[in-house]
Amino acid sequence: MTLPASKPIAIQLKNCAKTFPDGTRVLDALDLEIVPGETLVLLGPSGCGKTTTLRLIAGLEQPDQGGQVLFDGQDVTQLGIEKRNVGMVFQSYALFPNMTVAENVGYGLRIQKMPADRQRQRVAEMLSMMRLTPLANRHIDQLSGGQRQRVALARALAVRPRALLLDEPLTALDAQLRDALRMEINLLLRQLGITAIYVTHDQAEAMALGDRVVVMSQGKIAQIGSPRDIYHQPRNAFVADFIGTMNRVAGTMTPAGLVCEAGRLRVDMASLKAGEILFRPEDVQVVEGDLEPDLTGTIAASFFLGDRTRLLVDIGQQRPLVVERFARCSLQVGQRIGMTVNPSGLLAV
Amino acid sequence: MKTNRLILSLQLIFTLAVCAFMVLPVIMSALAGITVNYFIGLESGLTLRWIVEVWEGYGDTIFRSIGISLACLALTLVLGVPAAYVLARHQNRITRVFEEMLMLPVAVPGLATALALISVFGGMGGFRTSWLFILVGHVLFTLPFMVRAVLSVLLALDLRTLEEGAKSLGASFLQRFFHVILPNCRDGILAGALMVLTLSIGEFNLTWLLHTPHTKTLPVGLADAYASMRLEVGSAYTLIFFLMIVPLLLAMQALARPRRRKFIADDEPAHDLVLLKS
Repeated sequence: MTLPASKPIAIQLKNCAKTFPDGTRVLDALDLEIVPGETLVLLGPSGCGKTTTLRLIAGLEQPDQGGQVLFDGQDVTQLGIEKRNVGMVFQSYALFPNMTVAENVGYGLRIQKMPADRQRQRVAEMLSMMRLTPLANRHIDQLSGGQRQRVALARALAVRPRALLLDEPLTALDAQLRDALRMEINLLLRQLGITAIYVTHDQAEAMALGDRVVVMSQGKIAQIGSPRDIYHQPRNAFVADFIGTMNRVAGTMTPAGLVCEAGRLRVDMASLKAGEILFRPEDVQVVEGDLEPDLTGTIAASFFLGDRTRLLVDIGQQRPLVVERFARCSLQVGQRIGMTVNPSGLLAV
Repeated sequence: MKTNRLILSLQLIFTLAVCAFMVLPVIMSALAGITVNYFIGLESGLTLRWIVEVWEGYGDTIFRSIGISLACLALTLVLGVPAAYVLARHQNRITRVFEEMLMLPVAVPGLATALALISVFGGMGGFRTSWLFILVGHVLFTLPFMVRAVLSVLLALDLRTLEEGAKSLGASFLQRFFHVILPNCRDGILAGALMVLTLSIGEFNLTWLLHTPHTKTLPVGLADAYASMRLEVGSAYTLIFFLMIVPLLLAMQALARPRRRKFIADDEPAHDLVLLKS
């Protein structure tokens, strides 16, 4: 496999805001730096501005007055997408129905007026890399969703773009295929070492693919960090609730920790301002034997998920605790249980 | 059972009767064109004499009609396809008003359109007496059919994303237009083109008012022949018109047929996916 020859580039957004002609402000002024060769995932619910951010980088939208987009330090704000040499994969793939698979993949090369034999060679290379060789002469309407996805990737990469931009590329596919393709794309991006920006609303996708994840909400960046940081150290309530499942326990701060009806959580007071503690389900242990529990509660519901059982435990708070048991679980609804919480998993946001 | 068969036979008879009612005049008219003397009937014999007579007397109208319809097609393509593209790309109030205005010449009687053209351009002698004057009328009348046909195809495409896809690969506007947009509205263009040719060749209302003795088209000539010549000559003329228009109609039918079934591949099951090898 031949890797794209161009060196990965750094991308910088400076003070980029976006207001649509009808006056809706979809993006507040934001600064963002993307390191050469990294995969940056823009994650957030629909309408959070992630796609707009990607389109600003692509050159499909212009930032409001004062915003700047830099590729390797060079100002490209005024350049349209056709001048930026970026590869783009669209949610609907945007493949050309009038062309075969090979013609689609070769289109960028044809525009570049590459000599025909080198075009053929490069297309063959891309087709074999994406395992599309047997489909080379098919038309787009004769392909499955997964195959179309791979054609879109091959087409975007054929021109050796300076960066690869992916706009929810897996959303149109069913769950099983999505998992498989996610792994494939991950491997592909690592091998190519290309600077990639990946937009998704699927947190599992973001975790699996991102070197860094940008969580966005209402046109603002809520947090930037590695998937681990985002998951384990959410900086605000939005990130905490958007990513994974989070338990919340409210109570009164005492020197001994946070005290509530159901028990006491041992936390260092200095780190805590509000009387609320957050932790993940996997940091909760159901106490067996004589160990003294931190919290006690009544099982309100139990969901068998195959590999684990999810319990909702009522501890007299607004929301029940979510607890997960990976062992075979014989606990019954209505039963009272004691729980300990891993102290390193306790968060105050 | 018996009543069932009776109903079926009655339906069949009715259907055949309707068909006969519609097809018979066509056959009679065609026969009249090649009968030696229509008032005596077929026993007077068959002849090509009337067709030759039409060819000699009205040959120029046939070629003029073909010429005008081709010129009309060229103009509707050049004007209509870009217009449809703009209408498809910018769907808003202004473009919708524009679309409706394009349709007006179809709704307004050809007579009115023709009178309007004459009252405005009638003074321009050279233009008024040339075939171009008729061409203008035909373009006005047929343009909406081209625009509609192309527009409906364009609206079914995700035009914006397709264009963005092409743009992301470096394609300029003209490259996008000729490589991606035009080929993808081919079916609409073909359907529109056949419609325009057919309408232009058969157009009578407008042309009747716009023509001069030197710019008769086929339908105008036909009216003239029926009014002033033997019935056989007019019928032979109709026969020639049929021969020109039927292939066009057949082509239109062929295009309107549902498209071939697409072969759609199943997605490979996930466990079959081999991870990329370097």
